[in-house]
Amino acid sequence: MSNNIQQPIYLDYASTTPVDPRVAEKISSHLKMDGVFGNPASRSHKYGWKAEEAVEEARSHVANLVNCDPREIVWTSGATEADNLAIKGVANFYNGKGKHIITSKIEHKAVLDPCRQLERDGFEVTYLDPDAGGCITLDSIKAAVREDTILISIMHLNNELGTLNDIEAIGSFARSRKIFFHVDAAQSTGKVEIDLSKLSIDLMSFSAHKTYGPKGIGALYVSRKPRVRIEAQIHGGGHERGMRSGTLPTHQIVGMGEAFRLAKEEMQADREHVANLHQRFLDGVNGIEEIYVNGDLDRKVPNILNISFAYVEGESLIMALKDVAVSSGSACTSASLEPSYVLRALGRKDELAHSSIRFSFGRFTSNKDVDHTLSILFHAVERLRELSPLWDMHLDGVDLDKVEWN
Amino acid sequence: MAYSKKVIEKFENTLNEPKKFNVGRFNPSDLDVGTGMVGAPACGDVMKLQIKCEPKGNSHVIKDVKFKTYGCGSAIASSSELVEMLVGKTLEEAKEIKNKDIANALELPPIKIHCSVLAEDSIKQAIDDYETKQ
Repeated sequence: MSNNIQQPIYLDYASTTPVDPRVAEKISSHLKMDGVFGNPASRSHKYGWKAEEAVEEARSHVANLVNCDPREIVWTSGATEADNLAIKGVANFYNGKGKHIITSKIEHKAVLDPCRQLERDGFEVTYLDPDAGGCITLDSIKAAVREDTILISIMHLNNELGTLNDIEAIGSFARSRKIFFHVDAAQSTGKVEIDLSKLSIDLMSFSAHKTYGPKGIGALYVSRKPRVRIEAQIHGGGHERGMRSGTLPTHQIVGMGEAFRLAKEEMQADREHVANLHQRFLDGVNGIEEIYVNGDLDRKVPNILNISFAYVEGESLIMALKDVAVSSGSACTSASLEPSYVLRALGRKDELAHSSIRFSFGRFTSNKDVDHTLSILFHAVERLRELSPLWDMHLDGVDLDKVEWN
Repeated sequence: MAYSKKVIEKFENTLNEPKKFNVGRFNPSDLDVGTGMVGAPACGDVMKLQIKCEPKGNSHVIKDVKFKTYGCGSAIASSSELVEMLVGKTLEEAKEIKNKDIANALELPPIKIHCSVLAEDSIKQAIDDYETKQ
C-alpha cells in the first residue's frame, strides 16, 4: 500500500473508491482500435463477439462474488438506476397485487426518492425507524406488514453509519409472506460475504465505484428461482432481456467485472487491513473527550466510522480538517441546512447530528494516513472547542437541554 | 462547499490565532460588559458576543470585544468580521452595523446569509444587555 501521504488524505471511501490499478488496466484494454471496443450487441462480426464475450465474463465475475447465476445479473448505470428499476419495476408490474411498500428512513436517496415517486402514483409507503444502534429490526418490519404489502426494500449496509441489517432474517420472513424483497447492496460488496444461493432475496442492487471499479456502472440481481418480474424503466432495443435497454458500455462492464473478481479474491485481506485501520483510529480518537460513535460497533463494518464531536459543528470541523477528505453527516455541505436524516432517525440530538463526521477507510489507506489524520483532528477539535460557547457552558456544568434558546 | 476566499481566510486566521482575533470571554456580570447570545445548537449556530464599554461624552464607546461561536465556517467568520468592526465604535455607531455589511465583506453566498443575520442580532442583544445595566 502507498507509503507517501497524499494530500488531502482520502478518508471518504464510502463516497467513492479510486479505481484499482488492475481494474484501470482492464478498462483501457477495452477502448481503442487495438482493444476490445466493439458493441456487444453486434452479431455480425468478431468485434461484437469479442465484446460480448468480455461482457459475459464480467457478468460471471459479478455473479460469482454474490453466488448467483450470471443470467440473474442485469447491467445498469449504477446502483441508483438499479434501485429505481427494482422498486418501480416491481411496483409497476405487480400493482394489481397490492399497493403497499415497506422501506426505512435510513435508506439512500436512490431508494427513498423512487418510493416518494410511487406515493405520488398512488402507492402507500411505510418508512421504518432504525433502532438506537442504526439497524432495521425484523420486528419493526413484521409490525408494518399489511395484506397488500408487495415489496420490502432494506439496505444491506448503511452508507453513513456502516451498520448492517439482518437481510437473512428479513428475507426469510418476506419469502414466507410472499412479499418481494429488494436489498440495496451498493456499500457491502467486497466488505461482507453475500451468498444469494442461501438468502431469500429477490432483487439486489450493486455499484462498481464503491468497490474499486469505475463510476457509471452497476447491476441489478433479478432472481430467477423464484422468478421475479419487473417492468422495464428504459426502453429501446430490448437489451438485458428487455429489462434494461441501451448499448452495453463494454469498458465499464469489464471494469466492474474485474473489480468484483478482485473483491472476491481479496475480501479477506481487505477486511483485515480495514479492521486494523478502524481499531487504530478508534484507539486514537478515544483520547478526545465527549465523542460519540454513531451506529452500533458490534453490528457495523470497520470501513465506515461515524463520530459526533460534541460542541463542535460538523461543517466547521470539515473546514478545519482541510487536509483530510471526509464527509459531514450533516447535510450542510449540500443545499439544505438540515442535519443528517440518518442521524436524526437514530434519535441523536440535533446538535450531535450537526457535529458528526464520517471517516471511511479502504484498500489504499495506510497507518500513516490514520495517524496523520488523528493529529490533525486533535488539533482541530481543540481549537474549535476553544471557540465554542457550548463547550464553555459544558465545562461550566450547564445542561444545554435546559437552556432556552432564542 | 464553495466558500469565498474571504470566509476561508477569516475562519482560518481566527482558528489559528484565537487571541489576536478576540476569541474569549469576559465576566458577564461585570457592569461594563454587555453579553449577547443568539442561535440554538439544534440549528447548528450559537453566537456569543461580549462588549466591554466605557462612557465617553454623551455616549459609550466599545473598547474591547470577545466572542465565541459554535457554527459553520461562515458563522465563525461572520462573528470574527463583526468583532473587527466593533472596537472603537460608539454604541450608536455599532447599532448601525447591518448584516449586509458583514455579508458583503465576506462575500457570503445566499444560503449563508443567516450567519450574518445572527451576527447582527448578537450585537443588538449585547448592546441591550449593556444598556440595561447602566
